[in-house]
This record gives sequence, structure tokens and C-alpha cells, in this order.
Amino acid sequence: MEPAEKIIQHAGGVIGVSWLMIALPLLGAAILLLGGRRTDRWGHLLGVAMSLASFVVAVLAFVELIGLPEAQRRRGVELFQFIPGMVDMGVLIDPLSISFALLITGVGSLIHIYSIGYMSHDPARRRFFAYLNLFVAAMLLLVLADNYVGLYVGWEGVGLASYLLIGFWQQKPSAATAAQKAFIVNRVGDFGLAIGIFVIWTTFGSVAYGPVFGAAGGADQGVLTVIGLLLLLGACGKSAQVPLQSWLLDAMEGPTPVSALIHAATMVTAGVYLVVRSGAIFELAPTAQLVVTIVGVVTLLAGAIIGTAKDDIKKGLAGSTMSQIGYMMLAAGLGPAGYAFAIAHLITHGFFKANLFLGAGSIMHAMNDEVDMRKYGGLRKFLPVTFATFFIGYLAIIGFPLLSGYFTKDGIIETAMHHSAILGWLAVVGAGITGFYMSRMVFMTFFGEKRWADDAHPHESPAVMTWPLIILSVGSIFLGGYLILGNTFMQFLAPAVGRPAELPVFHFFSVPGLATLALVAVGAAFAWMKYGRAQVPVVAPRGSFLTTFARRDLYGDAINESLFMRPGQWATRFAVFFDNRGIDGLVNGLAAMIGGTSGRLRRIQTGFARSYALSILFGAAVVAGALLLVGNL
Amino acid sequence: MTTHYLVLSALLFAIGAVGVLVRRNAIVVFMCVELMLNACNLAFVTFARQHGNLDGQIIAFFVMVVAAAEVVVGLAIIVTIFRTRRSASVDDANLLKY
Repeated sequence: MEPAEKIIQHAGGVIGVSWLMIALPLLGAAILLLGGRRTDRWGHLLGVAMSLASFVVAVLAFVELIGLPEAQRRRGVELFQFIPGMVDMGVLIDPLSISFALLITGVGSLIHIYSIGYMSHDPARRRFFAYLNLFVAAMLLLVLADNYVGLYVGWEGVGLASYLLIGFWQQKPSAATAAQKAFIVNRVGDFGLAIGIFVIWTTFGSVAYGPVFGAAGGADQGVLTVIGLLLLLGACGKSAQVPLQSWLLDAMEGPTPVSALIHAATMVTAGVYLVVRSGAIFELAPTAQLVVTIVGVVTLLAGAIIGTAKDDIKKGLAGSTMSQIGYMMLAAGLGPAGYAFAIAHLITHGFFKANLFLGAGSIMHAMNDEVDMRKYGGLRKFLPVTFATFFIGYLAIIGFPLLSGYFTKDGIIETAMHHSAILGWLAVVGAGITGFYMSRMVFMTFFGEKRWADDAHPHESPAVMTWPLIILSVGSIFLGGYLILGNTFMQFLAPAVGRPAELPVFHFFSVPGLATLALVAVGAAFAWMKYGRAQVPVVAPRGSFLTTFARRDLYGDAINESLFMRPGQWATRFAVFFDNRGIDGLVNGLAAMIGGTSGRLRRIQTGFARSYALSILFGAAVVAGALLLVGNL
Repeated sequence: MTTHYLVLSALLFAIGAVGVLVRRNAIVVFMCVELMLNACNLAFVTFARQHGNLDGQIIAFFVMVVAAAEVVVGLAIIVTIFRTRRSASVDDANLLKY
């Protein structure tokens, strides 16, 4: 394989001011949060403007970057000393970071625009846009920073934005709880990432990408494996990978644009970014790479299985997101051959999943915020634009030939197959399940007869919401083919992540590809039999043991509860008991003893002066006797 | 010679002490305290003579000064108590207790 290029210091041009990408949305968030109610009237417009401005800077930086010779496409821009002598903050513009920046600001801006319509009736719309801008700034810091500490700051920033936005409707106890759950589960992952960065610092004496990756070859393999596994723990938390997957499904309590932007298109893919960015470390630690692929495969199956049983349209999509990020994680664990597919799938997924989520939001908007698909049905005629765009997103995610998902997911499956047959076939099975649950979702929502609540009057959403859907669905159709055919994206990314010894060739008719298509078709047909042709009961049937298993998120919460929560509660209860009985008992007992003794002793104070005089005389006699005795010795 | 003085001093002190312990009338108790103080004075003066220096004499003067001051305060208290309670018995003045 061919390694990544060196980072070249850059001055001037758009790349020289690329920090504006981070600063503009941050400024927007600051104005909206500090300005308070005064900014209510135009706050959403400012939020959209800042996001769009950031997008413009990203596009200009991208144009400038591709104008440079390929070997010079990693540009570092120094900004300031963050921690003197330890961390020099800077921006790294290379093909990998600029791809993310374009996705974040591009899809982010579309979702900002969509939110104008979606949140139009919400009294706290300005605060919503402030948080969205805060998120965009933090996410851009995460991907653009040229060192791990900067990445960590962005990493925590997106975690904060995610927490604030999941709990945006804080008057709902379920939303508040979900926000806390997301925050706490992420803490476990962030702990791993923090320790990983500490180990990087003690091993390499630096946290900047250039020196660390340059010195990775000389480091001990055991240490590299430890670093890799710790970074993976961080990635698992942020990207909702098994075993830290449980927060993502609850995160759907947030407003739908948040689910689309943060919990589908961008933030949850930060883990994939971390693994790909740290490729130089993972490639030297095969054990860590193996664990990455295993986590990926387990999650892609777990997410898909969860997706099959959910009646809540957003939770179904959340399971699907987990599953698709599992694919990316799998590819990211396969080395340079997989990086391009991981990032390409990440970008196409960003488009079609944002499309699907915003579509779901449009449906909810039409159905009085109903999320239960059993109460949808036959919406095809009432929401034509939403239906058309959702259907395109659906075709893209199941990998319908020639749409985006077909190219990127097939690339991952082929690469995995090349690496290990087991991983490859499990990924094929995952694709088949995807075909089933996505078809189920489409049939339950748009086909069949009406199962609406009595007061539902579905209507198409306003243009400000449908246009982002249309743009995203265009991306969902063409982006995959553009990126994958002719290895365009792999060539583009090569300066940042290296390239494999031989470039893959895309086969339209390969065994795994055909097997995937066949399984997807079987899944879709099965979904048609159960949910398209047959009548869908409005109340969910009890279902078999397997259905319950999937409905309860593969007992993920139950496992967490019995493994961590209950023992934790026991530990705290024991601590409380020990504190109350042991420590408090000792202290209180001592005090009671002294009090009791004093109570008895004070009876001596009779108030009769003559008895005091007697005791004084007696005492004086004793002292005099003692003196005489000692004097005689 | 010295012994006689000291025996007299001890006798006076013992009489004073017993008086303080057994008598109830505050005036009498007070006088017994004076008796004890003067028994001490006698012992001091005796030793001063025996050793041929003035230390004991000086202390005796101090004791007299203190005793005079004590009389002033003590009698005032006794008179005040008598005025309010119509009694000078030390056993009746037993309010300051547990």
C-alpha cells in the first residue's frame, strides 16, 4: 500500500481562513444564546445564514484544495497555542476532513432550512437554531482540528449539543431521561477516548496528527493495540456501536431534524472518522483492527434486527442508522482498502438517511406528531412529495441497483468478503434484513388502507420542508455512483489515508453482489406479504419470542441494567448503609456517650456552698498529704 | 518557739475550717474564713521571723489587703441577699445548681 502524504504548512487563500467554518456557526450560536428574546424574530434566519456561510467557505476551500497537486493536498494551518508547550491548535485541511466538512455544512444547511418549517410553531425555535449552530461548530472542530486534543474538544462539544437537543422538549420527562441516558453512555466512550489520548501523549510526546502518525511505526505493538482499543471505545460510544448502542434509540425523543442531522448524518459517524483518521495506528495493530471489524459486524446485525420490530418510525430508522454505521465501522477496520468505502458510505448514508429522517418528520408533521406506523397507512396519495423522496431514500438504503447505497454498501461487502468470508457473508445477511425492515416501513406507512386516528388530516408539508427533501433525494440517487465508479473517491482520499496496493474494480455482477440483491428481494417480498398485502393490525400483536427480543432492543437495556445499574445501586446502598450505621454510628455513639456521662456528672452541682467547701477542703488535704508523702520519699 | 506559733496557727485554721463547714449563717461563715486567713498570716509571719527575711511579712500584708477587699464585696452581697430573702443562711442560697 501507499502511505499518506506529509502535512504541508499553508498560508493565505481560503484554506488560510478555513477556521471561519468553525467560527461562523459558533458566532451564530453565541448571538442567539446571549441575545435572548430580542433575536426571536430573525434567529432562525441567522442560524441558516451562518450554516450556509460555513458551507460556502467549505466549498471554496475544497476548490482550492483540488487545485493543488495531489501530493500537496494535506494543508495545515496554525492558529494559536492551546496548551503552551503541549498543544498547538491548528486546522488540517485534507481530502478526509474536507469531505466531512462538506457533508456537515451541506446536509447541515439543508436541515437548518427544513427546520424553519418543522419548528415554525415551536415557541423556542431560536434556542433550537442556536443549539444546531453550536452543533455544527463543534462537529467542524472535531473533523478539522489537526490534533487529538482539538478533536476531543469538538467531540465533547457535539456531545453537549446532542444532549441539549435530545432534551430540547425538556417538559417531556421521557426526553429529559433520554438526554441524560445519551450523555451518560457517551461518558463511558469519552472516558476511553480521553485515556487513549493520554496514552498517545505519553508514548509519542505529542498529540498532533503529523508527529504521532510519523512516529507510529517505531512504537511498541502492544501500546498501539491499547491505543487502538481505547480509541475504539470512544468511537463505540459516539457512534452507538455495540456494546454502547443503547442510547441511540432513546435519542429519537429529540425533534426530528436533530435525529436527521446529529443522530443519523453526522455526529454518530464521528467514530468512523476517528478510526479512519487514526488509520496509521490501527494498521500497525491488527488485533485492534480485528476488534473494529467484529464490532462493526455485530452492530450491523444488531441494528438491523432491532429495526425489524419497531413500530415507531423514528426508532426503526435509528436501528437502521446503527446498522449502517456498523457497515462503515466494518469497512474502517479493513485498512486502506476499506477507508474509501467507509467514508463514501458515510457520505451517501448522510444523504439518504437525512432524507428518510426528514421524510419521517414530514409525515409526523402531517399526522399530528404520530410516530406509530400502525396508525399510518395509505399516505402515498396524501403526501406525494414526501412519498417520492422517501421512496428514493428507501431504494438507496436497501441498495437498489445504480442508486447510492448500491455502490457504497456493495463496495464494503466486496472488500469484507475479500478480507474474510465470514465477515462478508454476515454483511450480506445484514443487507437482506435491511431489505425487510425498510420495505416494512414503506409498506406500513404509504401503502395499505388508512389506519389513522380520527383527528388526523394529513397534508403535504410546505416548500421550505419539501425542497431539502428533493435535494437530498437527488444526492441519494447519484452520489454513490459518482464516488465509487472509477474509484474517484478512493483516488481523492489517498493523500489523507493512503491507498491499497491494487485499486478495486467495481463488478456489476459478482457473487456477493447478486447474493445481496437476492436476499434484499426476498426480504422485501416477505415484508410485502406481511405488511403490504395482509392487513396490518393497529395494536401490535404479541409476537413470538424473537419479536419480543428485537422489540426490546436485544435486551440491551436489560443487560446494562443487570450488569451495571443494579450492582451500582447495590454499591451505593451498601455505602449509604455503611455511612449511616458504621461511620455515623461511631460518631453519634461517641457524642451520646459524652452527653450521657455529662448528664450524670452535673448532678454533683448541688448548689450548697458548704458541700463545695467540703470538697475543696478534702481536695486540699489530699494534695497536702501527697506533697508530704513525696517530700518524705 | 516556732512550734508553738505553728500549732496555734493550725488550731485557728482548723477552727475556721470547721466553722465554714458546719455553720449556716453567712456572717459566721464569713468570720470563719477570716479566721483561716489570719491563721495563714500567723504561719507566714512565724516563718519570716524564723528565717530572718521579710517575704512572709510582705505576703501577710497582701493577705490583709485582699481580706479587706473581700469583706467589702462579701458583706455587700450578704446584705443584699438578706434584704431580698429575709435570711442569711448559706443553705437557702442554693439557686445556682444543675
